[in-house]
Amino acid sequence: MSETARGVVIAHGGLASALVAEVARIGGEAANLVPVSNNECGPEDIERRIADAVGDRPAVLFVDMPCGSCFFGAMRVAKGRSDVRVVTGVNLPMLLDFVHHSSLPPADGAARAVGKGSEAIRQG
Amino acid sequence: MSIVLYRIDDRLVHGQVVVGWGKPLNVRFIVLVDDTVAASEWERELYRMGVPAEIDLYFAGVSEAARQLPGWRAERRNGIVLTGDIATMLALADAAPPIERVNLGGIHHRPGRSQRLPYVYLSDEELQLLEALAKRGAEVTAQDLPNMAPVALELLR
Repeated sequence: MSETARGVVIAHGGLASALVAEVARIGGEAANLVPVSNNECGPEDIERRIADAVGDRPAVLFVDMPCGSCFFGAMRVAKGRSDVRVVTGVNLPMLLDFVHHSSLPPADGAARAVGKGSEAIRQG
Repeated sequence: MSIVLYRIDDRLVHGQVVVGWGKPLNVRFIVLVDDTVAASEWERELYRMGVPAEIDLYFAGVSEAARQLPGWRAERRNGIVLTGDIATMLALADAAPPIERVNLGGIHHRPGRSQRLPYVYLSDEELQLLEALAKRGAEVTAQDLPNMAPVALELLR
């Protein structure tokens, strides 16, 4: 059985903490999700925060926007690590699904998250 | 004038630049002036991923940017020239004058810097570089977003 992947949610301001809190509130479980904020961060600071949150475990990095310091920091941390993947456009449905599929290899977990997150975007 | 903003921001391309300034200024190209980024295909590709398709992103080291600036200034499209530090903007001002206005965006905390604004930390040496920019004719102000009031260099001392 593969090692459980950590989900690191990286977003502007208080968004990451709010998303993780709501995953716990809605789904009852968010133990393998870690929020990271870019508050007061220069580029080196956010990269360090992300690296600390990832540690040496496999991880999927969920970023709010495909632009900016959160995204660039995540990509730098993932560079050269086959056990770390980056997903942009984080939303609640993909996180709610991820917490129940974190035993997937990060590449599969990231692909699944993109699918689940995309499925949730609809026009009413 | 087609270069509508010369900005110093240690985060380089990010939401405040692309959306915050880019939308109201109708920016269609960004010139990222950074020797390290310009020399690295991985870095260039990374920053390309962060810019929407309707905005062209150009990369140049200081000397290449100085050569190309007259052409960028003559563009009919609006553009932003972006550096990650003050020294690079000063080198560009020396190599390709005039730069009439310089916008300080985010310069974050590092050892040796002290806080001047919530988003601007400067060492004494960096303050001297900004004053050198001002002596070359640039109006230097700190302003993270267009809807915020610009803060004059004198107030950052």
